[in-house]
Amino acid sequence: MNDHQSRRLALWNWTVAFAAFLFASFLGFYQVVERSGLFDFLESPKGYFASVSTHGVLMAYVLTTFFIMGFGYLTATTSLKRPLWQPGLAWAGFFVSLIGTVLAAIPLLTGKASVLYTFYPPIQAHALFYIGAALLVVGSWVWCAIMVVMAVQWHRDNPGRTLPLAMYATVANALLWLWTSAGVALEVVFQLIPWALGWNDTLDPGLARTLFAWTLHPIVYFWLIPAYIALYCFVPREAGGYLFSEEMAKFAFLGLLIFSLPIGFHHLYVDPEQGAGWKLWHGVGTFLVAVPTLVTGFTVLASMEIAGRLNGGKGLFGWIGTLPWRNPMVLAAILALLMLILGGFGGIVNASYALNTMIHNTAWVPGHFHLIFAGTTVILYFAIAYHLWPKITGRKLVSNTLALIQLWTWFVGMTLLSTPWHVLGLLGQPRRISGVTYNSLLTLAWQPYELFMIMGGAVLLGSAVLFGVILWRTWKNPEPETDTGIAYAEPIHPPEGLPAWVENIKTWNLVILVLMLISFGWPIAQFFFLKTYESLPWGY
Amino acid sequence: MHIDPLEKKWLYVALGMVVLFLGSIFLSLALGIKPPSNVETIDSARLHLSEEFAEDNLGVHIQPDGSIKVIMVAGRYGFFPRHITIPADTPITFRWASIDVLHGVHMPMTNMSTMVVPGYVSEVTTTFPKPGDYPMLCNEYCGLGHDYMWSKVTVVAKQTWEREHASKGGES
Repeated sequence: MNDHQSRRLALWNWTVAFAAFLFASFLGFYQVVERSGLFDFLESPKGYFASVSTHGVLMAYVLTTFFIMGFGYLTATTSLKRPLWQPGLAWAGFFVSLIGTVLAAIPLLTGKASVLYTFYPPIQAHALFYIGAALLVVGSWVWCAIMVVMAVQWHRDNPGRTLPLAMYATVANALLWLWTSAGVALEVVFQLIPWALGWNDTLDPGLARTLFAWTLHPIVYFWLIPAYIALYCFVPREAGGYLFSEEMAKFAFLGLLIFSLPIGFHHLYVDPEQGAGWKLWHGVGTFLVAVPTLVTGFTVLASMEIAGRLNGGKGLFGWIGTLPWRNPMVLAAILALLMLILGGFGGIVNASYALNTMIHNTAWVPGHFHLIFAGTTVILYFAIAYHLWPKITGRKLVSNTLALIQLWTWFVGMTLLSTPWHVLGLLGQPRRISGVTYNSLLTLAWQPYELFMIMGGAVLLGSAVLFGVILWRTWKNPEPETDTGIAYAEPIHPPEGLPAWVENIKTWNLVILVLMLISFGWPIAQFFFLKTYESLPWGY
Repeated sequence: MHIDPLEKKWLYVALGMVVLFLGSIFLSLALGIKPPSNVETIDSARLHLSEEFAEDNLGVHIQPDGSIKVIMVAGRYGFFPRHITIPADTPITFRWASIDVLHGVHMPMTNMSTMVVPGYVSEVTTTFPKPGDYPMLCNEYCGLGHDYMWSKVTVVAKQTWEREHASKGGES
């Protein structure tokens, strides 16, 4: 089997990803109980902020990066049907990222890096935290390079053919991540590390926030694209049908790659260091990136309708009932789309110039990203795991029913957790507090929602543990998996007559370069022309 | 290229939605709703030596043209002055600077919201239609005492303000 190496890489990348996820889920439950303010004996800002920093880093950076790397190695080798390019390099990348994770975990767990996963200066963490985070990213760049090289080699060997969709999306994601991570890499390497090591006394928090904002939005598409790959490439087939349009899928991935990059300033709407015109420009881009997502919603639903009708569904909605709801991939897709629709509309509020002031940095914001990321994205990570874990371990999935229960409980838990957060945000609760200490009548209105939040957290922890148990028991299952091939959905029409630029990586990069220069050129350069005053480091 | 007629219709719907969302942005611009974006720098380590943010200049100022300016400092763990009184239905310009780290300031249920970044001055102009007591909360993690970072704002009816406060120059 020529993809033996990619399966081992996937297995170990995913083991790290899911171990991080499981640990972070326990922290998440502790946090909802602690922050509710309903249990006095638990109150501990020190414990809470160390925990929430670790939870954020593990969920947002470690789970995602390792999951995406593992999944990418699988899609590259199985969709291109060629062996992995330089498996040794891939293992080196894995270990660099792993060492980075461990280095960052030491100060996080000992309370020396309670700076949250956004680590905004001038609050300073231990230098190891920044160095570890940088290594995690550097390791993932190795993955990006391998994906790009494999796509280029495949194009060279298959002139005139178009990349298989799964690989098209994977290489778009690799490029997206290279461009995305450059912002935070500049911040960490040129500002934070020299400052944390004492080589520089001061830094400019305005510049740091601008560089971080560069990364902060497209990074969510880096996390989301594997979920979209599942929606386009696995779901139609698992539902018993075909992909409605491969061409539109490619346009959607290309749109996500290009338009998600120059829009990060919607995180800085109420920041003083950037001008209103630049914020408006990024705001417009933010809405444009909704188009590929709306297209995705249509294509995926259309593909599911085809499947439902092939299964015998009749009438306007009859096809919904004939979908194979007992297939984890299909169930996860349905639940993911539901959460995507709700979370997407919440996102429109965040992105609106005027509405944002009401909910900026309130509990609405974690409500939004838990629904979109921990909901839509991670539930599809689960489904991908149920689909592929048996194929990479060679062991049969231990129980389909348990997998279905796990997906349903995750959906219910996430709804119970994130709905109260949206309400609490509208009622003005700040997002990053460890307890409710305000001497104000307003806080009485918060209490019932805190209770729902705790229930949601408990259901989610149970669901996360069940996920871990299913994977562990599958790995140790004596019964072998017979079907270890990975198959992708067939489109109704084979793609043809696509313009050449749709497949041309150089053109993509050029367009991105121009957009990034327009959107970030002056906003970054201004810090070198303004008379700025830098900040000394502060503890916390 | 195959574009299904249904798919084409949906694309128009999607673009229509985006135009609608963009319309809401441009409408708010036309209404003069602007996020704080004054790109003005200040030395956060020497606020006490600055004229504007020196301790005895903080608080509510009635401008010669009758408008109101509030000068406040954010620092661990409070917004100073800790309690201010301002009139309802009056445009109020807040100017903020941080003495230490990053803070965010929000008065719940209002759009008085801005980040306060060390090294920069944040400016927000808004009007409060409803009198009442409002908390002013820090909404960006600023250290282990972040939960305790809050101050109070009393918004009084315009007539009350003119009767009881305006003559005293806004001191509460």
